[in-house]
Amino acid sequence: MAYDKFEILKSSAVPLPIENVDTDQIIPARFLKATERKGFGDNLFRDWRYNPDNTPKEQFVLNNPIYSGKILVGGKNFGSGSSREHAAWAVYDYGFRCVVSSFFADIFRGNCLNIGVLPVQVSAEFLDKIFKAIEADPNTEIEIDLPKQTITLLVSGEQESFEINEYKKENMLNGFDDIDYLTKMKDEIKEFADKRPF
Amino acid sequence: MSSTLFDKVWDSHVVRKIKDGPDVFFIDRHLIHEVTSPVAFLGLKERNNSVLFPGRTFATADHNTPTINQHLPVEDPLSANQLKALEENSAEWGISHWGLGHQNNGIVHVVGPENGITLPGATIVCGDSHTSTHGAFGAIAFGIGTSEVEMVLTSQCIMQPKPKKMRINITGELGLGVTPKDVALFIISKLTTSGATGYFVEYAGDVFKQMSMEGRMTVCNLSIEMGARGGIIAPDEKTFEYVKGRPLAPKGADWDKAMAYWETLTTDEDAVFDKELTFSATDIEPMITYGTNPGMGTGISNNIPSANQVEGGESTYKKSLDYMGFAEGEAMIGKHVDYVFIGSCTNGRIEDFRAFASIVKGRKKADNITAWLVPGSHIVEAKIKEEGLLDIFHEAGFVLREPGCSACLAMNDDKVPAGKVAVSTSNRNFEGRQGPGSKTLLASPLVAAATAVTGVVTDPRTLL
Repeated sequence: MAYDKFEILKSSAVPLPIENVDTDQIIPARFLKATERKGFGDNLFRDWRYNPDNTPKEQFVLNNPIYSGKILVGGKNFGSGSSREHAAWAVYDYGFRCVVSSFFADIFRGNCLNIGVLPVQVSAEFLDKIFKAIEADPNTEIEIDLPKQTITLLVSGEQESFEINEYKKENMLNGFDDIDYLTKMKDEIKEFADKRPF
Repeated sequence: MSSTLFDKVWDSHVVRKIKDGPDVFFIDRHLIHEVTSPVAFLGLKERNNSVLFPGRTFATADHNTPTINQHLPVEDPLSANQLKALEENSAEWGISHWGLGHQNNGIVHVVGPENGITLPGATIVCGDSHTSTHGAFGAIAFGIGTSEVEMVLTSQCIMQPKPKKMRINITGELGLGVTPKDVALFIISKLTTSGATGYFVEYAGDVFKQMSMEGRMTVCNLSIEMGARGGIIAPDEKTFEYVKGRPLAPKGADWDKAMAYWETLTTDEDAVFDKELTFSATDIEPMITYGTNPGMGTGISNNIPSANQVEGGESTYKKSLDYMGFAEGEAMIGKHVDYVFIGSCTNGRIEDFRAFASIVKGRKKADNITAWLVPGSHIVEAKIKEEGLLDIFHEAGFVLREPGCSACLAMNDDKVPAGKVAVSTSNRNFEGRQGPGSKTLLASPLVAAATAVTGVVTDPRTLL
C-alpha cells in the first residue's frame, strides 16, 4: 500500500488565487537535491513564502495564520512546467491532501494521483465561489466526497461534481498505486517486450 | 480505419487497455538523470523489486553538474550525493551510465539522439518534462514523475490515458533571422501555456519539412510549454540520415527491418485530429518573452501588450510584469541586459552554436554582459572546436564552458543573481528559474548573440 486511503475529506482551505502557478514556484529547483522523499514541505512555495534572508513574507497566504486546512485552492493552470514529482511531494508533505483548481497541468495532475493527493477540477464559476466563500470566512469548510465525486461548499450547500477515472478512483479509495498493478503483469509485459523490434 | 502517426506509435505500445482507466503503455527507451531517479530506486528496493530490463534504461548526469572544472570533485555535497546515487544505482542494476567526464556525457535530451538511443516509432520517457524533444524523430516521448520512473524500472511500463490529438501546421517559408526557437515561442504565445494541455501535438507543413533535425528537436522540446504532453514530427529522409550509423542505432539487417517499419510512420491523409491549427510562416518574426511564463512572448519589434490584450486574469498579468520590472506598452528592443545564456536541451546543439557564431564573428562581447556558453554535450563541444567556432568565440571575448543543464534551471553554480536580466536560449522564464530573483527573457541563439554583442535586447536582423 503506497499511501493513505482517501474517501471523504472535510476541511477548511488555503486560497491561492493566482493563475499558471508553475512547479518552479511550488518547489524551486535548488531544493531538488535530496535522495530521499522527505522534508519537501518546508520548501513548498519557498520564494513566495520566505525572503532571501529566510524570514517569512508575512503577506503570503501560507504565513497567514487565519488560513489553514488540508485543501489548497489554486488559480487556473495549476502545476504547469516541470515534471518534478517533488512539487506534488511538497504539497503532500506540507499537509495538503487535495488541490482544487479550474484547470491542472497534465504531469502535475498525474503525479498528484500517483502519490495520494487528489486533484479536483471545478468550473471557473465554482472556483470563484470557493475563493469568495474563503474570503468571507477563512474557516469555511469544503467537503470532498471521492466516492460520490462531489465537492461541496458546506456553508451554502453549493455543489459540483468532478471527474476521475474509475481505475484511479479505486486506487485512491484503497491506497493502491500503479506499481501494485504493474508488478502483477510482469509475465504479460515480458511477452510483449519479446515482440518489440528494438 | 485511417490513423495518425501518433495513433500508430501509441497503439502499438499498449500492453493492456483498462476499462475506464489508463493504458498499460510499454516504454522502449528510458532515460534517467541524477535528480529525479534516486527516490525511484529507493522505492524499488523498499518493495523488493528489481529492474526488469536494465538494457532499456540509460543514465546520464546533467541537471546539477558544474560547467567548469568537471575533472575536480563536485564541491556541493548535495549534488555530489545525487551524482553518486546515480552512479551506484546504475552499477547495481547494470544500467549504462555516462557520468561526469564520460565522453558521451551531456544533457539527457542531447545525448539520447546523438548516440542513437532515440529512434523513430519508439516510446521514450524520462523524469524530465523536456523529454518531448525526442518527438522530433517520430517517437512518442514525454516527461514523467518519479513514481513513474519507478514503474518503468520495475515493469518497463507506465499507466497513461491516451492524450487527445492536435495538429499544428505552419505553411510557407521562414524569414531571415527566424529560427525554430522563434517558431515554438510564436506557437506558445498563440496557444498560451495551457492551450495544448491534454493533447499530443503533431507538427506538420512546409516549415517543419524544411527544418533540420536540430531545429525539430527545439520545437518538440518546447511542446510542454503550451501544456502538451509531447510533440511529434513524421520521420523522413533527414531523420533516417541522422539516425543511421549512430552507436546505439540498429545495424545491418536490423536497420533494414527498422526502416521498413519507420517508413509506415506517417499520418494517413484522411486521419482526423481533435484540434487542428494552421499558421503562416510569414507572420513569425524573431521572438522574445517579456513575462514569467513562456506564453508571454511577442515579436521582438513589438511593445509589451497591455493586460486587456491578453488572455487570463489581469492581476496575474500585472504580478508577472511587476516581477520583471516592466510596464505595459514598453518596447522590448533596447532593454538593458546583464547575462546571456546559450545552451540547454532547447538550444544547446551544434546548430545553435553555429547561429550564435554567425553573429558574434568579428564583433566583441559587450562589457556589461556576462555570457555563459554551455554546450549540450561533449560531442557538441568537440564539434564546436572542430568547426573552428571556438576560435570565433574566443576572438569575440567569449569562453566555452563544459556541458550540462547549467543556468537553465540553476541547480549548479550558474545562477543569475537577483534582479539581473538574462537573455536565455533555454525554455522557462518562470520567477527565479535561473536563480532566486533572476529575470529571464527567452529567445533564440541569434537574439542571444545580437544581445551579447550590443548589451541590450537587439533584433538580430539588424546584424545579419
